[in-house]
Amino acid sequence: MNKPLRRIAIFCGLLVLALLVRDNWIQLVQADELKSDPKNRRVSIARYAQPRGNIIVDGKAITGSADTKSGDFRYKRTYKNGPMWAPVTGYASQAFGANQIEALNDGILTGDDDRLFFNRTIDMLTGKPQKGGNVVTTLNAKAQRAAFEGLGDNKGAVAAINPKTGAILALASTPSYDPSSFAGNGDADTSEWSKLQKQKNEDEPMLNRALRQTYPPGSTYKVVTAAAGLESGRYDLDKATETPDPYRLPDSSTDLGNDGDIPCKNATVRNALRYSCNTVFAKMSNSLGNGEMIKMSEKFGFNDKELDTPVRAAESVYPEDNKPQNAMAGIGQASNRATPLQMAMVASAVANNGTLMKPYMVDQLVAPNLNVVQQQKPKELSEPVSSENAQKLQQAMETVVEKGTGTTAQIPGVTVGGKTGTAQHGENNSKNPYAWFISYAKDKDGSAPVAVAVVIESSNTLRDDIAGGKLAAPVAKRVMNAVLEGK
Amino acid sequence: MTNTGSNTTVSPGGLPSRRNTELAMLVFAVLIPVFAYANVGLAKDGSLPAGMLGYGLGLGLLAGVAHIVVRRWAPYADPLMLPIATLLNGMGLVLIYRLDLEPLPGGAAAPTQLMWSTLGVALFVAVLVFLKDHRVLQRYTYISMVTALILLILPVFFPARFGARIWITIPGVGSLQPGEFAKIIIAVFFAGYLMVKRDALALASRRFMGLYLPRGRDLGPILVIWGLSVLILVFETDLGTSLLFFGLFVVMLYVATERTSWIVFGLGLTIVGAVAVASFEPHVQSRVDDWLDPMQAFQNGSEQPAQALWAFGSGGTLGSGLGQGFSRLIGFAAKSDYIFATVGEELGLAGVMAILLLYGLLVERGIRTSLAARDPFGKLLAVGLSAAFGIQVFVVAGGVMGLIPLTGMTMPFLAQGGSSVIANWALVAILLKISDTARRPAPAPAPSPDAEMTQVVRP
Repeated sequence: MNKPLRRIAIFCGLLVLALLVRDNWIQLVQADELKSDPKNRRVSIARYAQPRGNIIVDGKAITGSADTKSGDFRYKRTYKNGPMWAPVTGYASQAFGANQIEALNDGILTGDDDRLFFNRTIDMLTGKPQKGGNVVTTLNAKAQRAAFEGLGDNKGAVAAINPKTGAILALASTPSYDPSSFAGNGDADTSEWSKLQKQKNEDEPMLNRALRQTYPPGSTYKVVTAAAGLESGRYDLDKATETPDPYRLPDSSTDLGNDGDIPCKNATVRNALRYSCNTVFAKMSNSLGNGEMIKMSEKFGFNDKELDTPVRAAESVYPEDNKPQNAMAGIGQASNRATPLQMAMVASAVANNGTLMKPYMVDQLVAPNLNVVQQQKPKELSEPVSSENAQKLQQAMETVVEKGTGTTAQIPGVTVGGKTGTAQHGENNSKNPYAWFISYAKDKDGSAPVAVAVVIESSNTLRDDIAGGKLAAPVAKRVMNAVLEGK
Repeated sequence: MTNTGSNTTVSPGGLPSRRNTELAMLVFAVLIPVFAYANVGLAKDGSLPAGMLGYGLGLGLLAGVAHIVVRRWAPYADPLMLPIATLLNGMGLVLIYRLDLEPLPGGAAAPTQLMWSTLGVALFVAVLVFLKDHRVLQRYTYISMVTALILLILPVFFPARFGARIWITIPGVGSLQPGEFAKIIIAVFFAGYLMVKRDALALASRRFMGLYLPRGRDLGPILVIWGLSVLILVFETDLGTSLLFFGLFVVMLYVATERTSWIVFGLGLTIVGAVAVASFEPHVQSRVDDWLDPMQAFQNGSEQPAQALWAFGSGGTLGSGLGQGFSRLIGFAAKSDYIFATVGEELGLAGVMAILLLYGLLVERGIRTSLAARDPFGKLLAVGLSAAFGIQVFVVAGGVMGLIPLTGMTMPFLAQGGSSVIANWALVAILLKISDTARRPAPAPAPSPDAEMTQVVRP
């Protein structure tokens, strides 16, 4: 009986061997994959096991961490003044994941980033729990507050940039949401989250309008058209343009007129901007041609699919189009669309004497021991207009605020340049128009510390009353004031 | 395997009893779980757990009593089995205690498990003391058969728990998994039956395509057992028990007859039965689906297979350390069927391999005992018990690790469950008894009484 016994011994050995091989397979070969599987709850448990690093504005944290003392996830994200800062921070929820800065800089905030390896090792050796680093933003708390409160109950967005560096100073979007309300993973969090979703809430509070929503830019786009005109050499600031009023659109039988009784016939570029003449800029766009207009728009940042601040902005577009559409695009009323950030970039390039800086909102990534892990340096994106032409544009925009459509943005003792816009939309322009205002304010030394774009989507006010100057310009003024006062 | 070729391994007189070796190893077998226990406390609360002294003394006492009894009643028994069983049982207690600290359903299980372990050791002692010779069991061949059948069939009359009918619930007392005991009893029956019938089964056969096929009438018993296994699978929806009994029978049949044809025949029947049942029994079917794609099963609500895999994966090479893993995520059955996943996560690949090797060693020592045994009944019984133990480990660990579909059986000694721990202590006791008989030196030839008688008569 011993021969089969030995075979059974071998058989049992093989059974154990099979188990050992399988174990090596799942615990050695597949271990990393299983360990980091997002469905593996341990990943989330580790993420929330220690207080998360903070997002900093003006040296103060706008986020925090609360010890829930229960459940799998120990620490929960909290936000100070969440609705105001939501377009900057994004959210970090135990149940619903993270977005924006919370997601993009997750490694630093949790302490898992490779650049924090040294810190982690020291913590491990000294027996301290892992700590997260901080994200220092470029934002200006006063400007942000001015923007958020200025928008008030309106639906809209504000983007403000420092033209010299590209640093984003304010980024507000209304209606907003409080990311604290669904930071946990309980039933209350789920119900709050579902209330905020598009399907349930047509106001889309979670949409970051300043970065992620494009609008028809309306008359504010005339600044870009004017820039293209000046750069072509065929137009000058105070030279009369040969423009009929009304202007018949090319390849079309439609006459384009102006809003109200304004002196637009053969108006100069300066006056055309001051009175916001549709005829002049539509004709200018047509005579420059679609290719020329696209080229200028792209220099200002249009048609860029990967504009990262580091949060990626939606692509602002100036597409190829037929002649009448291209003419209408010259006054911002066709297939071209822009985010508020994009229009702030237009104002900032003009204010910065023609040089466009890359917008950014994360200044530094800081390790838990306060060492700077990464420092963002201002970066030039392009030079859409020459310094000379930029100054001409500035003069024109300053005329707009001084005695044109944008007088509501005047700040006593401060040079302010701006452009209003009222973009029609909806079928046959049936919906309430968008009120736009882009502007910059200058210091005593002539350099501009702030450029702003404001858009207010629809309003309950009467249609005639909605012009950018009335609704959007006061908000821009508050933001510029806040930046200037803070200096 | 020193005496290859000979049928029985008759030890030359004066073989060392190895009891001191056993004692030395028992010290480790008690110390390792005690350290593990301390480790859990330090990891969870930063201090030594309060019950540590009691636990250490309890486990030490159990091991000590068992050792003394072995020394007195089975002095030549194998020195490895008791320490391995003690170590596995001790680690099981630590793991259950460790999982008691988590918010899992069911409340604290470690104290109850310690009580069951004590009962198990008591049964171990009883077997060693009262079973003078394992050959006594041969007398109960057919009684064993009846008992085993009753034990296997009983659960059908009790309500299913968690999809399988493998429990007998006695109101007020608790529940019992009769399959664990049936495993031993049925091995006794097979050993007794095959010892008598093996010649008929082995010799009366026809050769066909290189295989010795048994005669039709000799096929009877194997078909009966196969039918029973399939019935267990269908009515108790328990793949594990079914596989265990059929595997046990095939192994013992093969050893008894030395005919490879039985293996082929047995494997064929297993496959036919398993495929047939799996294709129409929804419970078995869902287990197979879970096994084929655990991640998809997770989406569909059957979370445990995926959770177990994540526990193993997250443990990695060295594990998270006792008390520092999250195997509680497995939830229900974390202390019983899935306890091996906790080993995987907290002790890592190293710990799992160590535990698997301990099981392997125990099985191989059992088969070694079978090799050494001098009587066919002892041989068959020892190999049957060892193989049953080995198959059970394979079926459970393989199920938890996703090597085969999961079945509702428990890891011997490690998992929570009274029936399992008691039955396995009894199993080890029987193996020890057989090995004691096998390794006992042949009695010294008695001085011939005849010679003396003549001297007395002659003067």
